[in-house]
Amino acid sequence: MRDDRLYGIAALFDNPDKVLLAAKEVAEGGYKKFDVYTPYPLHGMDNAMKLKQSKVGIVTLISGMIGVVSALLFMWWTNSVDYPLVIGGKPLFALPNYIPITFELGVLFGSVSTVIGLLIIFLNLPRNSHPLHDTNFMKRVSSDKFGICIEAADPLFDANTISNWFRKLGAESIEEIYYRPEYISLRQAIFDPKYIGAIILVALISSGATYFTLNEILFMRPWTSLNEQDKVLPETRSKFYADGFAMRPPVEGTVARGQLPYFFSSNEMKAAESYMVNPLLPTKRVMEIGQRDYNTYCSPCHGYQGNGDSRLRGQFPNPPTLHSDTLRKAPDGHFYQVITDGFMGIMPSYARQISPDERWAIIWYIRALQKSHNVKG
Amino acid sequence: MEIIDYTKTQPLLVGNPAAKEIDESIAAPIDRPYSKKYLMALTVTLTMLLIGVVALYYTFRYGIGMWGNNIPVGWAFDITNFVFWIGIGHAGTLISAILFLFRQRWRTSIARFAEAMTIFAVICAGLFPLIHLGRPWFAGYIFPVPNQHGLWVNFNSPLVWDVFAVSTYFTVSLMFWYIGLIPDLATLRDRAKSKIKKAIYSIFSLGWRFSNRHWQHYEKVYVILAGLATPLVLSVHSIVSFDFAVSILPGWHTTIFPPYFVAGAIFSGFAMVITVLIVVRRVFNLSHIITIDHFDKMAKVILVTSSMVTYAYIMEPFIAWYSGHPIDWYTVIYRATGHYAVAFWTMVTCNVIVPQLFWFRRIRRSIPALFSISILINLGMWLERYVIIVTSLSRDYLPSAWHIYKPTLTDFGILIGSFGLFFTLVLLFAHSLPVVSMSEVKSVNEHAQPDLHLGEDHAG
Repeated sequence: MRDDRLYGIAALFDNPDKVLLAAKEVAEGGYKKFDVYTPYPLHGMDNAMKLKQSKVGIVTLISGMIGVVSALLFMWWTNSVDYPLVIGGKPLFALPNYIPITFELGVLFGSVSTVIGLLIIFLNLPRNSHPLHDTNFMKRVSSDKFGICIEAADPLFDANTISNWFRKLGAESIEEIYYRPEYISLRQAIFDPKYIGAIILVALISSGATYFTLNEILFMRPWTSLNEQDKVLPETRSKFYADGFAMRPPVEGTVARGQLPYFFSSNEMKAAESYMVNPLLPTKRVMEIGQRDYNTYCSPCHGYQGNGDSRLRGQFPNPPTLHSDTLRKAPDGHFYQVITDGFMGIMPSYARQISPDERWAIIWYIRALQKSHNVKG
Repeated sequence: MEIIDYTKTQPLLVGNPAAKEIDESIAAPIDRPYSKKYLMALTVTLTMLLIGVVALYYTFRYGIGMWGNNIPVGWAFDITNFVFWIGIGHAGTLISAILFLFRQRWRTSIARFAEAMTIFAVICAGLFPLIHLGRPWFAGYIFPVPNQHGLWVNFNSPLVWDVFAVSTYFTVSLMFWYIGLIPDLATLRDRAKSKIKKAIYSIFSLGWRFSNRHWQHYEKVYVILAGLATPLVLSVHSIVSFDFAVSILPGWHTTIFPPYFVAGAIFSGFAMVITVLIVVRRVFNLSHIITIDHFDKMAKVILVTSSMVTYAYIMEPFIAWYSGHPIDWYTVIYRATGHYAVAFWTMVTCNVIVPQLFWFRRIRRSIPALFSISILINLGMWLERYVIIVTSLSRDYLPSAWHIYKPTLTDFGILIGSFGLFFTLVLLFAHSLPVVSMSEVKSVNEHAQPDLHLGEDHAG
């Protein structure tokens, strides 16, 4: 018991009147480090102990306001800035509709931080290592008695004087409270490395579990049941068909949209020239498409102006100019046949690169080039 | 019948029990081993819960096609149960917060239990929107979290307001309840004989020391939380009613819904508190702490809220008639005479006519009468939500889409399961935590407060 240190002197009283009077005397006696312990709050005790009013309401006010403002700012930012979206014809920032959530978040922030602030800042809890715990004194004040304890740390503390004084005030029993400094620390427990370690561990486990749930578990059976349905997907096997393919070949002779095969063969130039007519009108849009595609596919050999001045530096044979009389008089079908089928084994077919409509657009552009180079004076 | 002198303040506890006796009688159920009766009750509730689990298994395995819901009746048992359970919870907050602000000291005996019921009821309620999704694991998308679509939730929707309201309500109720429990857990800690129990109580009582410097802040926080919980509880059921009132469906699109729903919630909640407390007080021998006066007072609250609900029942048809809106008026007629007329008239009987018996003092103070009336009120209030939801949906503006809703076994299974969950939680709570607040009850006993008036204290 040599190492034991005195924490204070505690007296038990058996009725609220006596403890109230005693607390008043102790406070008036100039003691600062003392406290009254009661199983339930007593009316008038705060005044008797000369305590200042609790300031915990400030926490509620500030955090409640933070809740209100951040709710409003968040809703404004999401719906007016980050992804502006008109809903039900209302303005982007529809204040009346935002009031319920603003109110709820004000209450949520206010109450949560009040409770956390109360426990941690105002009460210094949780704290299970305190000299008063497990004493006979604590066991009585937690049930039916009323106690006062003056701490040894008070400058006016004197064990004998206080004991006698308590007895005079009508104390039922008086106890000296000792504690062992190696077990009980009077410092704030929240900065204990063990405590901080535990908090970090909890944070890691809970964030890991959340990540695992959102990214792994939700992509397992049965959560993915809607992805796994009794239907065949392209490029998969099927036991149903004899050939084992899930995909069926189309009915013979089926032609996909826009994929009609070219009607004329390479040696039917005459027929192509006489039967085909440009189905497009030379609108601005058609001319633009024609220009774009001419510049992309034709100009490397034929040149931007159609002069046959290849940019390919003789790697390919130079094509003839498009401004010759023959070509100016050639019908549209001639050009179409050449683009689609190639020419004399020198120009390849462009049917894969250029769609039929684009070919006709290019032909309109060639006509425009021809006109621009042969203006009659 | 005993004579009561109403000119004097009545003692709140019978026989002025000493503080130690209060501790003993409240802690007794926690210290006792499980009795046969308790285990039998737990078996019953767990069986009910199991029925719900099986029904939920079918729901999630085969989809919500297992329910009777079909367009246009997209909401039926699920949302009825949601509104019903949220309503049950509201009595707890009314008792713990609103009556606290009004300085109704009698609330101390029943507040703890009612708050616990709030939490359990909100748990039950919260399940239903999740179940209603059919794929509950997508519920996370209702919260405004950043996602790959860059989209946010629709803050204009009452369904999103609901999420914020109910989750805030649950959080605040839980904290309020826990803050109240701390001193009692500390008392239990000091009473505990076994080491394990003591360790558990020490952890959860956070090392509470009954210090007056702590009580001072604690009481302040209690007032603040009560002040925040009071508008909160009103907002929660108002927002629940917006789910209906903001739509354009006949019978839903009315401005009376928020106050009507709040009154109905308190009405049904008090009925549930009475039902459960009658059993608890009998089983755990707490009749000197939860006295017949408490039931008397709760019956009066039920009478008041029943009158408010009655007013709403009268006002709905009146406005439908007065507005001259033929489809609204048709809904009124359909409710009273259509396919769901039995449910409607049972609801009127249980919610309007039966509570009128509480005008008689003899009935307010008779346990069997209270018990049966409170059960009838619960039935009536469940039917009220059912009638509102199902009749309006099954007969909306488009006659070609009309549809008669019939619940399936799975629907009933989930309903039974929610009651199973609620009563299982209630039973577990009653055996593991003090069902009555020890410190609060001690403080309202006779001579519990100083009789000396040290001048400035009682200036107010």
